[in-house]
Amino acid sequence: MSAHAYKKKNPVWDWLTTVDHKKIGILYLASGAFFFLLGGLEAILLRVQLLYPEFDFVGAETFNQLLTMHGTTMIFLAAMPLIFGFMNAIVPLQIGARDVAFPFVNSLGFWLFTAGGILLNLGWFLGGAPDAGWTGYAPLSTTSPGNGVDFYVLGLQISGIGTLIGGINFLVTIINMRAPGMTFMRMPLFTWSSFITSGLILFAFPALTIGLALLMFDRLFGSQFFAAEAGGNPIIYEHLFWIFGHPEVYILVLPAFGMFSEIIATFARKRLFGYSAMVFATALIGFLGFMVWVHHMFTVGLGPIANSIFAVATMLIAVPTGVKIFNWLFTMWGGKVSFPTANLFAVGFIPSFVLGGMTGVMLSVPPADYQYHDSYFVVAHFHYVIVGGVVFGLFAGMYYWWPKIFGTVLNEFLGKLHFWLFFIGFHLTFFPMHFLGLMGMPRRVYTYLSGQSLDEANFAATMGAFLMGLATIIMVWNIIQTSVKGKKAGNDPWDGRTLEWAIASPAPEYNFAQTPLVRGLDAWWLEKRAGNKAMVAAEPLDDIHMPDSSILPLVLSLGLFIAALAAIYSNWIIAIGGLVITAAAMILRSVIDYHGYHIHKEDLPAEGREGK
Amino acid sequence: MKSNETMTKLPANPERATLDGKNKFLGFWFFLGGETVLFASLFGVYLGLRNATNGGVSANELFELPLVFIATMLLLTSSLTSVFATMALKTNHFKRMIGWFVVTGLLGLAFLGLEIYEFNHYVHEYGHTIKSSAWGSAFYTLVGTHGAHVFVGISWITILIIRNLRRGMDLYTAPKFYLFALYWHFIDVVWIFIFTVVYLMGKVG
Repeated sequence: MSAHAYKKKNPVWDWLTTVDHKKIGILYLASGAFFFLLGGLEAILLRVQLLYPEFDFVGAETFNQLLTMHGTTMIFLAAMPLIFGFMNAIVPLQIGARDVAFPFVNSLGFWLFTAGGILLNLGWFLGGAPDAGWTGYAPLSTTSPGNGVDFYVLGLQISGIGTLIGGINFLVTIINMRAPGMTFMRMPLFTWSSFITSGLILFAFPALTIGLALLMFDRLFGSQFFAAEAGGNPIIYEHLFWIFGHPEVYILVLPAFGMFSEIIATFARKRLFGYSAMVFATALIGFLGFMVWVHHMFTVGLGPIANSIFAVATMLIAVPTGVKIFNWLFTMWGGKVSFPTANLFAVGFIPSFVLGGMTGVMLSVPPADYQYHDSYFVVAHFHYVIVGGVVFGLFAGMYYWWPKIFGTVLNEFLGKLHFWLFFIGFHLTFFPMHFLGLMGMPRRVYTYLSGQSLDEANFAATMGAFLMGLATIIMVWNIIQTSVKGKKAGNDPWDGRTLEWAIASPAPEYNFAQTPLVRGLDAWWLEKRAGNKAMVAAEPLDDIHMPDSSILPLVLSLGLFIAALAAIYSNWIIAIGGLVITAAAMILRSVIDYHGYHIHKEDLPAEGREGK
Repeated sequence: MKSNETMTKLPANPERATLDGKNKFLGFWFFLGGETVLFASLFGVYLGLRNATNGGVSANELFELPLVFIATMLLLTSSLTSVFATMALKTNHFKRMIGWFVVTGLLGLAFLGLEIYEFNHYVHEYGHTIKSSAWGSAFYTLVGTHGAHVFVGISWITILIIRNLRRGMDLYTAPKFYLFALYWHFIDVVWIFIFTVVYLMGKVG
């Protein structure tokens, strides 16, 4: 059936039905970038509203919606898919796999995420976006008028299911699909952190699923979970949300840590310092991440014992994180360090993230937290860890892996301009917020009064936001320019260390014509030092099995989208119709045999045949 | 004679003989790990709200253990029959496997019928609904989510049996049947916790 493989496909149909992890990665990156720009625009509107005391730009009601949607969009619709984009594009290459374990499930995860993301944003056009904060605390969320919060609940529910099955796919891929010789302790750090992040997704997201489901029942079906007047308890929602929500922070930041580990080692031209310590620190952060959720709820009044236990657990996380920081510094120590844009973001991350970590330890002390709680100090803290950690990581990863994903190199001059404007803008925005918080400015409030020494810092923060906006425009210009007339990248533009740099840029659809044999940590670097031009093959050249593409993931997601939209308007007949579409797609998937097809070895391009 | 033919061809543990089968096996265990957190969250909510009766009927007045006992026996027996089916799968006795899975599905259906009767009884005789109290909300959500899982399981095995009745056992279908058996055991284990936490503790706790 090789004719099938080379049949000219309609490109739109191809992208809608693809099960190729590299294409799904690009889809994730594209939709994540769209939502990132959207969330950034919302942030700038927020900052304009806060430019002057008692300023009237968007008003209180829109401010609440912008604030909710900025947080929700950035966490769930920008950071998550961008991380999944890199995981899809890179992890199978790093472990020497031809494919992921569940190509169909992988594609379903993407389409569910997209359906949920679109649903979440439909609120803007249908009578008001969600306005109860990204945490959606009850009873504010259960009593919020209009349909805004319904979009939040159902949109997040659908995209959350997509994330969960995506996580399972990567767990199984990394355990079962590694090339011969790629033992666990030879896996690159990005693969390790993706593995641990996938585990966190698996055990954290179901708690959110339940929290959102109960919110939905309270809002749509009149149940009483969070209604104190009928014996309900709104604190239960806070627990469920943060049992998910705190691991979520590590779900986001651990892959970024993995990217930094790769990038810093590559551009120091040294092996990563303390590889095994890095692996265990990552695992320990993931483990401890489940035992600290109450530090978001210190002021709820759970009592001194509960607060103390969770305070100590929180402080403990600083230990493995500190191990990582020192390992990155020691990796650079004595190396031949160069600073292309990717490494600028990686090195710029270290002091920025350390600042966020320090304020994190400050916040973990319950008596002090009573002062900081719900103030701009907290806003400063989590933007230092999320922007300084996750966003810097995503930018670094973008400049680093762009050649492997798209086959072109991003412009370095524009890249460095992007870095410096973003770096300065970031600190100008969020550093003054520490002091705003200490002076008592509460978060999530649409304005402030003049004459309280809050004017200058707010003005500076807004200017910083404009700088970050400008930096982002330069990044977008760089991407457009590179896509139109970018410099072609070689297979290994950075003199890389890991397996993805051993194959063509962009990678062929079968990744490796012959599965490579891995002979140590930094597998590709080892072969290059041994004078080899390619990886040693672990198998003879043979026909390559490929999975069938399918439209069913899109249909299945569309069914859920229709069902959720109809449920928001209590139109139960259409809602059941949507669920029937979803069920039918699932049944079709079960009863149709998917045996895949083969690319014959004679049809492989000559340069794809390695190690002969 | 199809089943005799496949008997000689299939290896031991046919559900894990291919990479695809291995992936499904591991992936499904992970999925069940996620489901465990899902039900753990619901149990936590239930424990937090089990005395929030809002002045209405209480667990002790509501539950009748004989009914719940019969339901429990039905579901436990169905777990046993799905073990018999799995044993037939491993020894490549296709018809025997189908037979035991049919029994499993029928027992599940009987369990579901009892649960529907039970819910209907509570709503109409006692006015105990999802809206009447926070405890009612927690009860119907926890037990109902389990019931929905039973329903999904019955639909799943029905489709598998219809689809594969004529084709017999091969390395492509073996993981599908095996995963259903795993799922069914999981549902059974959840029910044991529901029986203990909801019904027994409701009566004596």
